[in-house]
Amino acid sequence: MNWLSEARWSPYAVGAAIGVLSWFTLLVSRHPLGCSTSFARSAGMIERIFRGRKVDEKPYYREVRPEIDWQWLLVIGMAIGAFLAAWLSGDLAVLWVPERWAAAFGTAPLPRLLAALSGGILLGFGSRWADGCTSGHGISGAMQLAVSSWISACCFFIGGILAAWFIYRVVA
Amino acid sequence: MTAKSRQRLQGLLFGVIFGFLLQKGGVTRFDVIVGQLLLEDFTVVKIMLTAVAVGTVGIHLLKHLGWASFSPKRGSWGRNAIGGLLFGVGFALLGYCPGTIAGAIGSGWLDALVGGLPGILLGSALLAAVYPKLQARVFSRGEFGDLTLPRLFKASDWLVIAPLLAIIALLFLLLERAGL
Repeated sequence: MNWLSEARWSPYAVGAAIGVLSWFTLLVSRHPLGCSTSFARSAGMIERIFRGRKVDEKPYYREVRPEIDWQWLLVIGMAIGAFLAAWLSGDLAVLWVPERWAAAFGTAPLPRLLAALSGGILLGFGSRWADGCTSGHGISGAMQLAVSSWISACCFFIGGILAAWFIYRVVA
Repeated sequence: MTAKSRQRLQGLLFGVIFGFLLQKGGVTRFDVIVGQLLLEDFTVVKIMLTAVAVGTVGIHLLKHLGWASFSPKRGSWGRNAIGGLLFGVGFALLGYCPGTIAGAIGSGWLDALVGGLPGILLGSALLAAVYPKLQARVFSRGEFGDLTLPRLFKASDWLVIAPLLAIIALLFLLLERAGL
């Protein structure tokens, strides 16, 4: 079982396995792989703590109910699965600043934290605007050959490539 | 066990496998994702397009056998193109996406847990707040409903899938030849 403790697997093997996984989620659970809706449901559940039941009356949350469902547990499972994978390869480390960021902007945690927070806000906002993320549109919707998903996935990378060029080639 | 809790348990188990694979593939790492967006490391594209190639063939077989049905998302240029570009900028700043951030948190990244996660929740709540306005003014621009590529090209599913697989294979060949 040496392969379980290897730090990296071939991207083609990992991709093929995710492809097979997507057959089974559709066949067994009748759900495509997706993640970002769960963050919207969680946001609604947190809002409910402060504002009570009237949160459920918001038009958005009438469509995306703030509740725990299949996909919400999928996302929790993903954190557990990644924990196991990192632990098996001795990759588990509690860190603040990734290498590539440190090389461009230094090792201080605060700037990285602020970038992650603002990036997260845009990512959450954009994923719900586009009605999906890199998994829901980029993998599941793309394989259903949905036009909405192919447009979204292309725009994720167009926006990402332009922004990364600006951040790391112009600003840094 | 009720049907609902069985569903949730299935979600959790599928998630463990998905997260395990993403971590082993390297895409729960900021450096790999930003490397992709800087076009220096093509791990993300290789994983996504292999998953799409393998997935497409399988789920279309399941559909033709009548064992599964699809739910292509409805969309519009205003929704998918603008939302996608905003997502992309966030993707580059954060260095994780909504799925891989769960994996990054699981493997110990505090920038993901303390910065990225509250950010995504806040961004989602903001969108929920402005949703009715956007729906009326932006999401309706250039609507195409639940259109799929076979319907767009007026071709059978397999007539679209075959060239798609060929393009993906060709791209991989070029990437490997370029040493990327």
